[in-house]
Amino acid sequence: MKLRTLSASLMLAGFGLVSQSALANISDDVIRIGFITDMASVYSDIDGPGGIEAARMAIADAGGEINGKKIELIFADHQNKADVAAAKAREWFDQQKIDMLMGGTNSGVNLALAGIAAEKKKVFMAVGAAASDLTGAQCSPYTAHWAYDTVALARGTGSAIVKAGGKSWYFLTADYAFGHALERDTANVVKAAGGEVKGQVRAPLNSSDFSSFLLQAQSSKAQILGLANAGGDTVNSIKAANEFGIGKTMKLAGLLIFINDIHSLGLNVTQGMQFTDGWYWDQNDETRAWSAKFEAKVKRKPSMVQAGDYSAVSYYLQAVKATGSDDSDTVMKWLKSTKINDMFAKNGYLREDGRMVHDMFLMEVKKPSESKGPWDYYKQLAVLPGEEVYTTLAESTCKLIKK
Amino acid sequence: MNRQALGYVLFIVFLAAIPMLGIYPIFAMKIMCYALFACAFNLLLGFTGLLSFGHAAFLGSAAYASGHAIKVWGLSTELGILYGVAIAGALGVVMGALAIRRSGIYFAMITMALSQMAYFYFLQAKFTGGEDGLQGVPRGTLFGMIDLKNDLNLYYLVMVIFILGYFIIWRTVHSPFGQVLKAIRENEPRAISLGYDVERFKLLAFVLSALLAGLAGSTKMLIFVSATLSDATWQMSGLVILMTLIGGMGTLVGPVLGAFIVVLLENKVGDFGAALAKLTGVEWFQRLGESVTIVIGLIFVICVLSFRRGLVGEFNAWIEKRKGPATTVT
Amino acid sequence: MITIFGIPLQAFLGQLLLGLVNGSFYAILSLGLAVIFGLLNVINFAHGALYMFGAFLAWMGLSYFDLNYWVMLAIAPFIVGVFGIFIERCLLKHLYKLDHLYGLLLTFGITLLMEGLFRSFYGVSGQPYSTPEALRGATNLGFMVLPNYRAWVVVASVVVCLLTWFVIERTRLGALLRAGTENPRLVEAFGVNVPLMVTLTYGFGVALAGFAGVLAAPILQISPLMGSNLIVVVFAVVVIGGMGSILGAIVTGLGLGVIEGLTKVFWPEASSTVVFIIMAIVLLLRPAGLFGKEK
Repeated sequence: MKLRTLSASLMLAGFGLVSQSALANISDDVIRIGFITDMASVYSDIDGPGGIEAARMAIADAGGEINGKKIELIFADHQNKADVAAAKAREWFDQQKIDMLMGGTNSGVNLALAGIAAEKKKVFMAVGAAASDLTGAQCSPYTAHWAYDTVALARGTGSAIVKAGGKSWYFLTADYAFGHALERDTANVVKAAGGEVKGQVRAPLNSSDFSSFLLQAQSSKAQILGLANAGGDTVNSIKAANEFGIGKTMKLAGLLIFINDIHSLGLNVTQGMQFTDGWYWDQNDETRAWSAKFEAKVKRKPSMVQAGDYSAVSYYLQAVKATGSDDSDTVMKWLKSTKINDMFAKNGYLREDGRMVHDMFLMEVKKPSESKGPWDYYKQLAVLPGEEVYTTLAESTCKLIKK
Repeated sequence: MNRQALGYVLFIVFLAAIPMLGIYPIFAMKIMCYALFACAFNLLLGFTGLLSFGHAAFLGSAAYASGHAIKVWGLSTELGILYGVAIAGALGVVMGALAIRRSGIYFAMITMALSQMAYFYFLQAKFTGGEDGLQGVPRGTLFGMIDLKNDLNLYYLVMVIFILGYFIIWRTVHSPFGQVLKAIRENEPRAISLGYDVERFKLLAFVLSALLAGLAGSTKMLIFVSATLSDATWQMSGLVILMTLIGGMGTLVGPVLGAFIVVLLENKVGDFGAALAKLTGVEWFQRLGESVTIVIGLIFVICVLSFRRGLVGEFNAWIEKRKGPATTVT
Repeated sequence: MITIFGIPLQAFLGQLLLGLVNGSFYAILSLGLAVIFGLLNVINFAHGALYMFGAFLAWMGLSYFDLNYWVMLAIAPFIVGVFGIFIERCLLKHLYKLDHLYGLLLTFGITLLMEGLFRSFYGVSGQPYSTPEALRGATNLGFMVLPNYRAWVVVASVVVCLLTWFVIERTRLGALLRAGTENPRLVEAFGVNVPLMVTLTYGFGVALAGFAGVLAAPILQISPLMGSNLIVVVFAVVVIGGMGSILGAIVTGLGLGVIEGLTKVFWPEASSTVVFIIMAIVLLLRPAGLFGKEK
């Protein structure tokens, strides 16, 4: 009897496993891009399906094929879990033979993906993530960190606020790679500018109730409450801060704000907030034109990350076309020797350590009276040249930089 | 008995041949780890009658412990695995001692609460990396000789571990100790009246189950070179219960089959949903496909309502019926 | 500045009050669980998902039908209750003759189903829900600014809990319910429709969860996952309180909320695990729970 059970299980197993492998497509006449991002959770508005659409737009604008080889995009939802992302990436590299991996939001996930891409020696473009470690301690010759990072945000926002008089800070931090990095980089800037960090509290990612953390922040008597978090966490902490009247004794400094956050909070609550951004849809004719195309498909204006997705994919495809090859080393070499000047980045270039340096912008949220309609939220206060806000090569902890 | 042995030999041959059949080794290894995890869990549920809702704690703690030992302390791979197993066992002793004080539903709830406590510890402890997880653990070499970075070599190591773990469980079940466990499952007051120290037996079964679950955890960590929070969530505990339920509680082969089905489900639900969507033209199937949770929940409900014996259990019952009333029950 | 154990009084009292708010949720939810367990001997794992359902109903009522908070506060528990009755009649009742563990597993499966469905339709990032007009704003209590809505939560929960306790412990209906727990056969012999009582009890228990959900809507993100992390803590609360007593469940819920709040001040890292630590201690000293009776 046992034998029958076993053999039945065996047949079932065999069938399933064989069908599994039969579905794996091993084709190398295709330029395949794999995109892993948060599709349904806290960061899905910033990147998510909109980011996928932006990548598709880049592929379409490149003609859908290069030298006769079709360009294909596959994507997956990492659900903010590093192991789901890692397993998917591994499977894609081994079975689907992807040529380029793109990382959407969530720094922890991107750090894991960077490691796998380095192991498999394939190009990895981190767009949605912010952790500066991607081009610092965890740099790799195959990583290109495209849109922004915590150092640029910290230096832009941090120094602007300290200069305006906000000297004592307290941090409300999301407890993972990105949050820690943002807190660390901003704290360094504050201290270097003569300010003081009174303390910090770490809240789990996706916290729903920030009330007790905010009370702790308030009792520190600091002038500025630095929000070292992003997406839904930022929105919730700002809402709760409003509820508890934190704004009466402390000024809120959002260290990473996306236009989607302002959209869901409304101008009443956010007016006057200053922060650093890498791109805005209303900056010039080029950005406006592209954003209109994006809006027609996705029904909302693009965020910096989505514009970054378009730019990263475009440049990768340009690299493949120019060099006639999808070999990772060749592509990276081309990218690192080309000027990056497109709808997304101005005066940009890809450095040895993988950091794409480009101009950032100091933005302020408009008052409700100043806004002409939905998505018309920012006024640009200053251009922050890339060299001034990103980590300089001299400061870099990346092992690839020869000093 | 001979037919059984033949069956097992055939299965081992099949396992060894898997890489040659063109099946993605990582996928097969993942199934073996979960199968071992499910078998370890079944030792407690199917054979002792104790429903633990917190087994993910053992999977996760072993993964983190061995990952940390290998990556940070530089222990060799074998020692790292053993360390992970030991930690899971220690956790098993503590959790078991507390949980066994109550029985039935309370036991389940206590194991769940304790494992949630472990989860929160992992979430906040520095060494686990919190949300980011413990990444980039070097696979190292086995006994300093076999390079485990090669997926094929790792596959055979995992296969041996799986067979070893399964054998331990098989031997335990077919031993006097195993018989006492079954007696406790069938009628605890009677076992007590026969003079058995039931509490001690239950604790021993619990710790053994924890050790083997830990072995599965350490091995899984090696495959994915990482240990993350999802190894220790209550959803993972629920998943292993489902594997055992689908496969058949109280059977040895059941959990293996259950693990295979669940992993296949996780991987293929998306494709299945897409196919259904194309077939029927109903867009919503696409979404259904992407939600593994819905499908698992549905299967859970169906299994509990009308399929409690699980696949292997039903199969066995069907064989029994075919043979007629004049057979002895194994 | 006055300090208590080195923490400023303002922070201390503030966290105490927030703890009371959390405790109210623990109290209502563990009350519902206790009521259901008392009569059906089923651990309703789906309690968390039904709480989430209540919150979503409040949001749906506002977004699709323009029904405000107060209307949903009355309707949502009712809808959740009816849904619960449906679950009990069609699914749960088949399992009464079996080991109680199956009831737990079934409700676990229902939880996964509900969470998965909501998640696939609404995503995980959560829906916003604003505080009702009448309860907006905050009162300056001197040591902290307390949003009026949170004060309302405490008041509403305590009232509902006390009402439930009163009905179960002091009315004839409650007496029938308690008798049904002890000896269903005998009660049936007296002509009482026990299966109906069981069904209605389950419906009431989950209606309590739905009520808690509506209360939570303006405070927390209305997300499909809001119930699952809460439910495990509530389980621990129920184990600590012991499932024999209604009053016990209420007191334990409120008390643990306060203790958790205080832990956030003195030892923030432990705040998520303190309830479980207490559970472990109670299990060692008094296995039946603080207010429980050995079953």
